[in-house]
Amino acid sequence: MDRKFYVSMAPHIHSGDSIEKKMYGVLLALIPAFLVSLYVFGWGSLTVTAISVVSCLTFEYLIQKFILKVKPSITDGSAILTGVLLAFNLPSNLPFWIIIIGAFVAIGVAKMSFGGLGNNPFNPALVGRVFLLISFPVQMTTWPLPGEHSYIDATTGATPLGMLHGHFGQLPDLSSMMLGTIGGSLGEVGAIALIFGGLYLLFKRIITWQIPVSILATVFVFTLIMGLVSPDIYHIGLIKTACPVFPALTYALFHLLSGGLLLGAFFMATDYVTSPMNPRGQIIYGIGIGLITVLIRLFGSYPEGVSFAILIMNGVTPLINTYVKPKRFGEVKK
Amino acid sequence: MRTFSIGGIHPPGYKLSAGKPIQRAALPKQSVVLLNQQIGALAVPVVTKGDEVKTGQLIAKSGGIVSANIHAPVSGKISKIDLIPDTGGYKHKAIFIDVVDDVWVDTIDRSDVLIKDCNLDATAIVAKIAEAGVVGMGGAAFPTQVKLKPPHGKKADVLIVNAVECEPYLTSDHQLMMEKGEEILVGTTILMKAIQAKRGVIGIENNKPDAIAHLKRLSAQYPGIEIIPLKVQYPQGGEKQLIEATIGRQVPSGAFPIEVGAIVQNVATVFAVYEAVQKNKPLFERIITVTGKSVSRPGNYLTRIGTPLSDLMNEAGGLPEDAAKVIGGGPMMGKALVNLSVPVTKGCSGLLVLTGKETLRKEIKNCIRCTKCVRACPMGLEPYLLMTLIEHEEWGKLEKERIMDCIECGCCTYSCPSARPLLDYLKIGKSKVGEVIRTRKK
Amino acid sequence: MNLTLVAILFLGAIGLFFAIILYLAARRFKVFEDACIDDIEDALPGANCGGCGFTGCRNFAEECVRSKQFEKLLCPVGGLETMVKVAAILGKETIPADPTIAVLRCNGTCSHRPKTSIFDGAISCAVASATYSGDTDCSFGCLGLTDCVNACKFDALVMNPETGLPEVVEDKCTSCGACVKACPKNLFEIHKKGHESGRIYVACMNKDKGAVAKKACEAACIGCGKCEKVCESNAITITNNLAYIDANACNLCRKCVEICPSGAIMEVVMK
Repeated sequence: MDRKFYVSMAPHIHSGDSIEKKMYGVLLALIPAFLVSLYVFGWGSLTVTAISVVSCLTFEYLIQKFILKVKPSITDGSAILTGVLLAFNLPSNLPFWIIIIGAFVAIGVAKMSFGGLGNNPFNPALVGRVFLLISFPVQMTTWPLPGEHSYIDATTGATPLGMLHGHFGQLPDLSSMMLGTIGGSLGEVGAIALIFGGLYLLFKRIITWQIPVSILATVFVFTLIMGLVSPDIYHIGLIKTACPVFPALTYALFHLLSGGLLLGAFFMATDYVTSPMNPRGQIIYGIGIGLITVLIRLFGSYPEGVSFAILIMNGVTPLINTYVKPKRFGEVKK
Repeated sequence: MRTFSIGGIHPPGYKLSAGKPIQRAALPKQSVVLLNQQIGALAVPVVTKGDEVKTGQLIAKSGGIVSANIHAPVSGKISKIDLIPDTGGYKHKAIFIDVVDDVWVDTIDRSDVLIKDCNLDATAIVAKIAEAGVVGMGGAAFPTQVKLKPPHGKKADVLIVNAVECEPYLTSDHQLMMEKGEEILVGTTILMKAIQAKRGVIGIENNKPDAIAHLKRLSAQYPGIEIIPLKVQYPQGGEKQLIEATIGRQVPSGAFPIEVGAIVQNVATVFAVYEAVQKNKPLFERIITVTGKSVSRPGNYLTRIGTPLSDLMNEAGGLPEDAAKVIGGGPMMGKALVNLSVPVTKGCSGLLVLTGKETLRKEIKNCIRCTKCVRACPMGLEPYLLMTLIEHEEWGKLEKERIMDCIECGCCTYSCPSARPLLDYLKIGKSKVGEVIRTRKK
Repeated sequence: MNLTLVAILFLGAIGLFFAIILYLAARRFKVFEDACIDDIEDALPGANCGGCGFTGCRNFAEECVRSKQFEKLLCPVGGLETMVKVAAILGKETIPADPTIAVLRCNGTCSHRPKTSIFDGAISCAVASATYSGDTDCSFGCLGLTDCVNACKFDALVMNPETGLPEVVEDKCTSCGACVKACPKNLFEIHKKGHESGRIYVACMNKDKGAVAKKACEAACIGCGKCEKVCESNAITITNNLAYIDANACNLCRKCVEICPSGAIMEVVMK
């Protein structure tokens, strides 16, 4: 018989899971949030996202083919995802050349220089975003008002967190925050769309509950305590009108729904490469992010702290991986 | 629904041969009985070329404390004792028997009548099991009499019967329970007597509701035996996982089940014990699931050991056109065969034909640190880390990371989205670290 | 006082304080070493390959100074040249050792040895060897998955895609022994380079009976014994159906090469 069989070690079947399935699954989960941002910001949203995605893909292809000289892997979906997540952290009127610089830093510096997918210690989209925030503070903190659909000459205004931090302005109510008719970066509006996307990811087992739940729970508990303990916050009067019965709760929910927290909790902190490798470690990681976010928001000089919190905890991840091990079977108690 | 506490995966069941009644496979023209059919020492032949043997006659003696007797699966003439490749491709000694009729040794009770009572004491039972050459039929082929004699100072208080059959595609244990249910319960009682345990537990996965119901009904007559349905999850049939799921005790790292007072036996082994003790029948035939998506007549075939697998394949409709891999055993832990001329052994539970689409490995990519392997591992290990350490030959660190706890179940490799060959490296890592530990103990 | 002056004095004082602590610590924790060790380490190639049997060049240098049997020590990478230099530093004599090279005892090329299965596991000889006996009917032969090529730090092993076997690059091999350790089938041996670099060896490790070995590979040694009979210097022995040539006794007469029916005996002749 000249029939040759294949031989390998067990197992001989596979779940069929692949990197592409995971990356494209996350992109699918981001579609509702993208639709909301289109509704709120119009052309600006589309342009920023398109420029970001195309730049990320281009840079990854060029670097892999000509500098690293490896087979380009742009079809695995990770560069597209970095592009979309970077765009979601930017205002919809950001000049195109700034976006391209951001994409270059995200892909070239934060991802490729460490060896490509799987080797980066920090979340590439966040590194790009923070780089831009520090290098171009004015452009990165001038957000168009909700409903301003133009890319170039949108009228700008502050975000809810900006108002809270600087003690000025009319805070939006919780329902606007859920639906997205507020100011902010592309991925910061439309809380309900983001929650929906997050639940899809959990259902499809692309992410697990430990990180999002520990981040959101920590922020919720901390801000609830703050709301109860220091009731003389500037906006407490306005919050009282929204929910007179339990203003501290409204305050906590406000924090949960504002800024990049939902985007960060479900889509950015859960990035595989930069988060800890076992459930126990992931809870510690999530609590750390929650705490740092709240500390920066309430006591720091920036109105928003999620990006920094995630990047700081990305740095702590290797430490968590070394010292926090998964629950072992048959642990021998010494 | 009871189950084990850490890790696990849910591969599809593919129980294509479920419900197919046990069929007797035809006798081969020549039976080739390998002498290394059990874990431990090679069996030593007690026959030579030209001898005439009857079915069930002793043809090779146990070669040491950890070894087993082997009996002729057919009647005929010894043609030669020569080397043939086993499932791993390495050549081992085997006894070749040219088959003439099927004359059995007359001490064997060939009737189907159920014999419930056993008046032998524990030592006599174990001796009879040893004489019959019974080994673990779940695939490991560990000599049963060794398992039934715990080391000094350790005693078992419960016998656990592994009727889980968690591997996809395999159905032989299921069919055995449906057709020989009461025999299994008698076998369980005998084994409980042999280890002097008052409690017997049979664990069955919940995807076999008919077997659970059938045995539950029969077990009313056998106080002391409890039938426990278990959640459908792989590797529910792994020894340590089964013990935790059924009686809630975790075998400590590096120890054997006897440490928590349990002895585990596969349900087919229990049936072999019944036949050995009550019917004087040594182990020389077993049920093999022949299956696969393109196999025309998948089923559960009662086969004599020594039958070439090609004969079995032909009975099930012949080798399919699109066969890419042929597995001896199940798809998660079985052995890929080089060809079908390998003969059936005591530990071979299945003959599985896999198509290229199902089985060929994909391109290996970088680890994306998705934690799927960590979440899947039933022993709580970190396979991605172990693979990297093995590539860098860090044997000391590997020992600290508990690589010797690995049960080689394959959950990690099954789950990895980057198609990394985790278990390939884990196996060689385990053997290297095992060597380091052994030289250190000296 | 002027603030600048205060700052300078203050910083200067801190600097001086730490300098004193560092000086005292360096004095207190100084490790006394023979100065020769540094000189010897400089004379060594610095590859840290372990070919000498010690962990790295520095360890070898320490051993040279410490050892009472200097003649037995050899750095295979640096060779005689380097050992002469080291001996000069220590004021000792060195005995020239014969140059050696790695040799692959397998000639089971793709054309000689047909494949009987397709290996689909991780690309590593160690993994393939642990999986089964190999993708041919010879369970002793080369698996061709480049573990040896990866282990060689001197680029002295190159996989030939046509034959499927690794080839030793004569002038790059330092006989450090990395390939010997890496091959799970133990196919590499270190042999003397021989007169004018010529050497003769049996390129086969198959211990199966002759007929079985021949069926698996055309170039297999079938243990027929013809070479043993014809050898001028009694250098050949046959055990377990396999011939072995003692390189020390061999006088390169080439009679075995001519008479071998399967061409299992390899000769390397350098002009």
